[in-house]
Amino acid sequence: MRHPQLNQHGELQHLLTLDGLPRDILTAILDTAAPFTEVAEREVKKLPLLRGKSVFNLFFENSTRTRTTFEIAAKRLSADVVNLNINTSSAAKGESLLDTVDNLCAMQADMFVVRHAASGAPMLIAQHLHNTGRDHIRVVNAGDGRHAHPTQGLLDMYTIRHFKQDFSNLTVAIVGDVLHSRVARSQIAALTTLGVPEVRVIGPRTLLPTAVDKLGVRVFHDMREGLKGVDVVMMLRLQNERMNGALLPTPQEYYKIWGLTAEKLALAKPDAIVMHPGPMNRGVEIDSAVADGAQAVILPQVTFGIAVRMAVMSMLGSH
Amino acid sequence: MKSLDAEALCRQLADQLRPHVTPATALVGIYTGGLWLAERLHAELGIAQPLGAIDVSFYRDDYGSKGLHASPQKTAIPFNVDGAHVILVDDVLYTGRTTRAALNELFDFGRPGVVELAVLVDRGSRELPVAARYCAHTLSEALPREQNLELQRDDAGQFTLKLTERA
Repeated sequence: MRHPQLNQHGELQHLLTLDGLPRDILTAILDTAAPFTEVAEREVKKLPLLRGKSVFNLFFENSTRTRTTFEIAAKRLSADVVNLNINTSSAAKGESLLDTVDNLCAMQADMFVVRHAASGAPMLIAQHLHNTGRDHIRVVNAGDGRHAHPTQGLLDMYTIRHFKQDFSNLTVAIVGDVLHSRVARSQIAALTTLGVPEVRVIGPRTLLPTAVDKLGVRVFHDMREGLKGVDVVMMLRLQNERMNGALLPTPQEYYKIWGLTAEKLALAKPDAIVMHPGPMNRGVEIDSAVADGAQAVILPQVTFGIAVRMAVMSMLGSH
Repeated sequence: MKSLDAEALCRQLADQLRPHVTPATALVGIYTGGLWLAERLHAELGIAQPLGAIDVSFYRDDYGSKGLHASPQKTAIPFNVDGAHVILVDDVLYTGRTTRAALNELFDFGRPGVVELAVLVDRGSRELPVAARYCAHTLSEALPREQNLELQRDDAGQFTLKLTERA
């Protein structure tokens, strides 16, 4: 069975997940993103690629960074952007997800950027569009439940490639709340597809998925052990809002054991970079001195995110 | 079409440009062949302004039907465009659509004073009101649509013009 996000020619039709996405498509997205980074330095920060297209930002869950960078990306490609704040929309009055989609299709939508608390919601929309003969409308997953956050995974890969050039000799550590993290799943899928020889996952047993080693990663329950000699440290946010029950002691105690401090970072390679998808909990998963330190590339991640999202949208936007 | 000596045409183009070059003149090459040619002319004519490069992938008018060109390159305009004397350089002038795209892109960097076009070969079949002020060779008969003419550069940096049948 072909991957549902690819068309019959093997081209990207929707971006739903990085899991199973061929390496050449992943690389093509990163290559295409590079020239988009330059647009921000122009007098006119706009390209005509999506002129006349309507992009609907469908956010059923809160987001600042992702929604804003998707909006900037679409606007720099000259699309008309409509932001739907679902908390105050018809969904709050009981409209179903697919009824919302049908209504927006009736408003001539060309692309949906979807964030939803339920894993699989963007896939459901893509299938619904196919079943109703609307294959020309594109879907980009901007984060669904615990499943995937593909554009975050892509911008992380862009950032690593920017600072480390090559994936083939890297050791990368993903640290923290992997259990609730769609970001971690997309990162692991992309890192393994791009040929990173060693991907480590570091966290307490209660915050790692049960069969995480099946994803082709090395599991560490000791942060100091796990950070030894790594090239890239990818911190995850502690997702208190997704936790039911007592998975954790106090934030202070978490910080003591799992927080990234200068002292722990010193165990990584001297030129290791520190990444974080945001929003950061300073003093919980990361110390301020590290977050603002010379090895942090957290703000470049945000800037690269715009270029990567422009690349994805422009690759989907034609046909 | 009789075979064309790209190196000789390049010298002719440089000779045409030389009397019009001032310290304010800037060259902008269009990827890929036009940029190779512009690099050569930039050195040969001793152009003072840094060399610019344009990849028109993001401005093409066939994006809607053909999609994004594979592996686009970074456009770089390293001089102040406002009021500048700009010479766009391309290897082959054909429909004029690439020139249109390059002009649109250039204007997103500022308002140039004068823009001129320099090409190695004009193969005819224009679809837009575009003309090259500097042109080393105009084909006496327009090439058929199924043929593709483009500049090649070998490892030693030597130019040739290659005629191929479109797939």
